Amino acid sequence: MLTVATGNKAVASAVKQACPSVVAAYPITPQTEIVEQIAEYVTSGELKSQYIAVESEHSAMAACIGASVTGVRTFTATSSHGLHYMHEMVNWAAGARLPIVMANVNRALGPGWNIWAEHTDAFQERDTGWLQVYVASVQEAYDATLMAFRIAEHESVLLPVMVNMDGFLLSHSMQPLQNVDIGDFIPPIHLPHAIDTSHPAGYGTLTGPEDYFRLRWDMERSMRDSVAVIRETQEDFAKRFGRKYDFVEEYRCDDADVVVIAMGTLGKEAEVAVDLLRKEGLKAGSMRIRWFRPFPHLDLSGRDVVVIDRDYSFGFGGVIARSLAATERVTPFSVIAGLGGQEVTYDDIAGFVRDRRPGEELWFGVNGNV
Amino acid sequence: MAMFEVRIHSRGGQGGVTAARLLALAAIRDGKYAVAFPFYGAERRGAPVVSYVRIDDHPIRVYSQIRNPDLILVLDPSVMDVVDVLQGMKPEGRVLLNGSEPRDMKGFPTLAVDLTGIALREQLVVAGNPILNTPVLGALAKMGIITLDSAKAAIREMFSDERNITAAETAYKELTV
Repeated sequence: MLTVATGNKAVASAVKQACPSVVAAYPITPQTEIVEQIAEYVTSGELKSQYIAVESEHSAMAACIGASVTGVRTFTATSSHGLHYMHEMVNWAAGARLPIVMANVNRALGPGWNIWAEHTDAFQERDTGWLQVYVASVQEAYDATLMAFRIAEHESVLLPVMVNMDGFLLSHSMQPLQNVDIGDFIPPIHLPHAIDTSHPAGYGTLTGPEDYFRLRWDMERSMRDSVAVIRETQEDFAKRFGRKYDFVEEYRCDDADVVVIAMGTLGKEAEVAVDLLRKEGLKAGSMRIRWFRPFPHLDLSGRDVVVIDRDYSFGFGGVIARSLAATERVTPFSVIAGLGGQEVTYDDIAGFVRDRRPGEELWFGVNGNV
Repeated sequence: MAMFEVRIHSRGGQGGVTAARLLALAAIRDGKYAVAFPFYGAERRGAPVVSYVRIDDHPIRVYSQIRNPDLILVLDPSVMDVVDVLQGMKPEGRVLLNGSEPRDMKGFPTLAVDLTGIALREQLVVAGNPILNTPVLGALAKMGIITLDSAKAAIREMFSDERNITAAETAYKELTV
């Protein structure tokens, strides 16, 4: 049934349908509503799951790891400082090849203390071996969460998946949500290396230089294999439920001379800027990067490229702009905008495109040497 | 129809966010696209707050805040002492006030309906606060922004107490457009 829900409620709703055996979580703004809602589902009996209210995010991920290693489906949710408090265990989850699904509501890191949207929190986890997807609507938050379980648990992936959505802009925005009857879309979980008390074995034991690299390579091989699994999962989702998703959402790019690239809600707002620029006679298009890990290929040849980063790597640059400069050999106009929830409108985005200066970096709202 | 944008002024705890949600839900029941969102601040009980609704015939891709609203809805007129509720108003914009008398709102077409009085008469009071967000849906239906059927459907989806429906119908009757 078509209803109205926040991004947080949409994620909780998808989790209820995916029915994880264990949810371990600690509340943090702006994610709290997800775990509150799941706790309510568990209390009311709508979700037959063990809910573990832990004392910290580090313990939340540790509990998910402990549960997952027994071969059951697990979920947690966090944001910003909570994500970084669990950082050690985030690495462990991927290295132990545990298909945990986590919703991360993107929020800036302090100080200054800030609860609003920014992608730096999740980008700092980019080298952990987690798959990362970024959504741009309440419906997409729901759909991506359902798909995350199937992708993570696929036998050729067995890596955890992080579903990211912009704090407040999505987590607290009320939008149409169409729930689906998932049927057998997510097959029962089968973890080949699940612990088995009748066959005791050691886990996480000392791994010497002669073997460690093999485990790392195996993670990368699975990360590469995940591309086909993501594609197949998204295609099956479209076939069953009618909503199509890709690695990158392109908008009016076919004949575009200039492409503006962004993630999350800014990627949607960019589409409105594209319409505005097209009316002015500029052949503009937009690309919204959905999957950040594995990082996608973008067809940017022969085009001017404007990248909006809602993130920053100090001493290096906008993470997406610098990544695309390396992977696609382009010279983008790099715009740093939306940090800590800074308001960025489609008019602003159209302005970035009009005034693009390839190879340069603009900090939106910063004048001179401020 | 071009996108229709509503800004709702109230105080924390008065149900402005729920009013936005109900309006969006009613618009969706009318077959339109709609989104509702609060101002992304640290909401505090009693402090002036705003929430927003966008309604369109097409999927809504704009996430930035509403700068030029088509309709200003003031659930608590006392916020006008501290907030310029007309800020950014479209030239053809309208105002709906909770109150027994329309006021001069710098010449903008202004309607008023006594939502507080309706809520008190229906004994729709929670924690000492009269419920304004269900009767206001009746007023918005009278203004043609949503249909009365969808207003009632939206209220029923969120609240089981039928006095909310009566209140919405009363506001519909009492508002002169």
